[in-house]
Amino acid sequence: MDDSYQLKFVTAGVDGLQVTLAGSWKTHHVLPESSQLESWLDSHPDIKQIGFDSTAMTAWDSALLTFLVRVTAIADKNTIQVDHSGLPDGVQRLLHLASAVPERKGARRAAGKAPFLARIGNQSMAAADSATAGLAFLGEATLSLARLFRGKAQFRWSDLWLTVQQTGSQALGIVALISFLVGMILAYIGAAQLVNFGATMYVADLVGIGMARAMGAMMTGIIMAGRTGAAFAAQLGTMQVNEEIDALETLGISSMDFLVLPRMLALILMMPLLTLYSILFGILGGLFVSVTTFDIGVMEYLHRTQEAVKIRHVMVGLTEASVYGVLVAVAGCYQGIKCGRSSSAVGAAATSAVVSGILLIVIATAFLTVIFNVLGI
Amino acid sequence: MPALAESTTAATASGPDVHIQVKDLTMAYGSFIVQQDLTFSIQRGDIFIIMGDSGCGKSTLLRHMVGLKRPAKGQVLYEGRDFWAADPVQRKGFMRNFGMSYQGSALWSSMTLAENIGLPLQEYTDLSAADIRELAQLKLALVGLAGFEDYYPSEISGGMMKRVGLARAIALDPDILYFDEPSAGLDPISSRLLDDLILELRESLGATVVIVTHELASIFSIGNNSVFLDAEKKTMTATGDPKQLRDTSTDPKIHRFLTRGEA
Repeated sequence: MDDSYQLKFVTAGVDGLQVTLAGSWKTHHVLPESSQLESWLDSHPDIKQIGFDSTAMTAWDSALLTFLVRVTAIADKNTIQVDHSGLPDGVQRLLHLASAVPERKGARRAAGKAPFLARIGNQSMAAADSATAGLAFLGEATLSLARLFRGKAQFRWSDLWLTVQQTGSQALGIVALISFLVGMILAYIGAAQLVNFGATMYVADLVGIGMARAMGAMMTGIIMAGRTGAAFAAQLGTMQVNEEIDALETLGISSMDFLVLPRMLALILMMPLLTLYSILFGILGGLFVSVTTFDIGVMEYLHRTQEAVKIRHVMVGLTEASVYGVLVAVAGCYQGIKCGRSSSAVGAAATSAVVSGILLIVIATAFLTVIFNVLGI
Repeated sequence: MPALAESTTAATASGPDVHIQVKDLTMAYGSFIVQQDLTFSIQRGDIFIIMGDSGCGKSTLLRHMVGLKRPAKGQVLYEGRDFWAADPVQRKGFMRNFGMSYQGSALWSSMTLAENIGLPLQEYTDLSAADIRELAQLKLALVGLAGFEDYYPSEISGGMMKRVGLARAIALDPDILYFDEPSAGLDPISSRLLDDLILELRESLGATVVIVTHELASIFSIGNNSVFLDAEKKTMTATGDPKQLRDTSTDPKIHRFLTRGEA
């Protein structure tokens, strides 16, 4: 069988063109070209009709159809009539089907990018909108919390305990590991400097206060943003895709109370506890480095830590932890609730939840540090 | 063939124009048997209906035929060649000739409609991006959606998604078209239009069509061959033209099913 298509033009009568199609018109490496026909028509301007002879055609598929669609477009442009009767039956039916529903006006999208300034404007407006929406979400979450205290929030306590378990006890391993390593790093870098002043002993102060005031809460917050914030966004996003959230709303159940509140509560409760745990493991990490590398005794180190770390340091850390808990929960739930209805939107929501969670944590740390300084705590 | 099954067609297991053959197929999830002893054949150009009550394994049978699930026992033959005995490269060659439309459309939500239809072309042909787009436009026009190339699946209605699913199924001009519940979730008029479209495409492309459905209207208006799966007996109880089965079947369950229990 011939592997390629053949095309021949023969004049028929005064103003007619007979297009002879032969060989195999199947999709190969390229679709059949229509430029030959265009140039032929250019040199024969008096043609008013096109007919086809397909008796020598051995096979066809969509490749032939695209060619014929092009021919029809060219003919329309030159006000030439096209007669399909010489084509195989199936081809005629398909051509009829393809033109049965005319293209809907306005359905086609304008291609190309908007001008530079327009894009800046659009993005600024989108940023302003999303900031407003984020604040509105925070407001609704606060109202929902208020409903909880008045005993009017509808949610299932089992959901709360499940989330507490997922965000709390199941995170113990990763929090312990990372905090221990951060404690080691602090001790190592600190001791290497302090040894110059003969003050190696004070590494216990550095690690203890550092972990209690800032690093414990911050590392836990970042772990929670990556672990739990992303999970919240993905869960709620998938529920959005499956119309589960709509199903709640139509039942008159506030998605805020039912879905966001238990997640937010769980994180607000678990963050301080995990932070305490993180501080403990940070101090143990510092102890490990001090004992093995800098010849400090275990009791000495612990005594020094007890002297240095005051209850107010720990309170500062725990306050920060609660704030981070709210931020991570709000970022995760907000991204999940406003997720689009597609699988890629769920991925985007999870990514935004992590990025905005970490960003909010760092911004909050900066503010809180200044506030605690001013208050002299 | 099991003694239980009755047949209204004279065609036996093999003939000159047999396109697909299922031989002694057993489908199972682990040790749980869904259906067993399935033996039937589909002629080239047939519109073959897989029917039966809910949960009898209709979609599972389809998954076995298109290569999504390996049979526990038995064979699926395409033009006499065993699909599951073939090596992965040959299997891909078989699958090149399948077009499948899924119950929930299964459009890739991160891609535009043109990209959805273009992906099989990209995978199996070496056409240029412009050519692929032109073909995608043609396929969309065939299902009555000209001009919607740059829409995302989330922006169109369920009925339109079904039609795009069909356009994607015919992207490679397949020999065999598989449909899993094509009219699920559609109103009667859209469902009728989809049936007409399937029929029209089958006529003009000359493909064999296999449909899982329990829509009686579709079964009688387009089907010319079928298999009936019984959920309780866990095997097929009949094969043949559904209209003949309705009129002549002695199995009370099939008779009830095909007459909606009204006769």
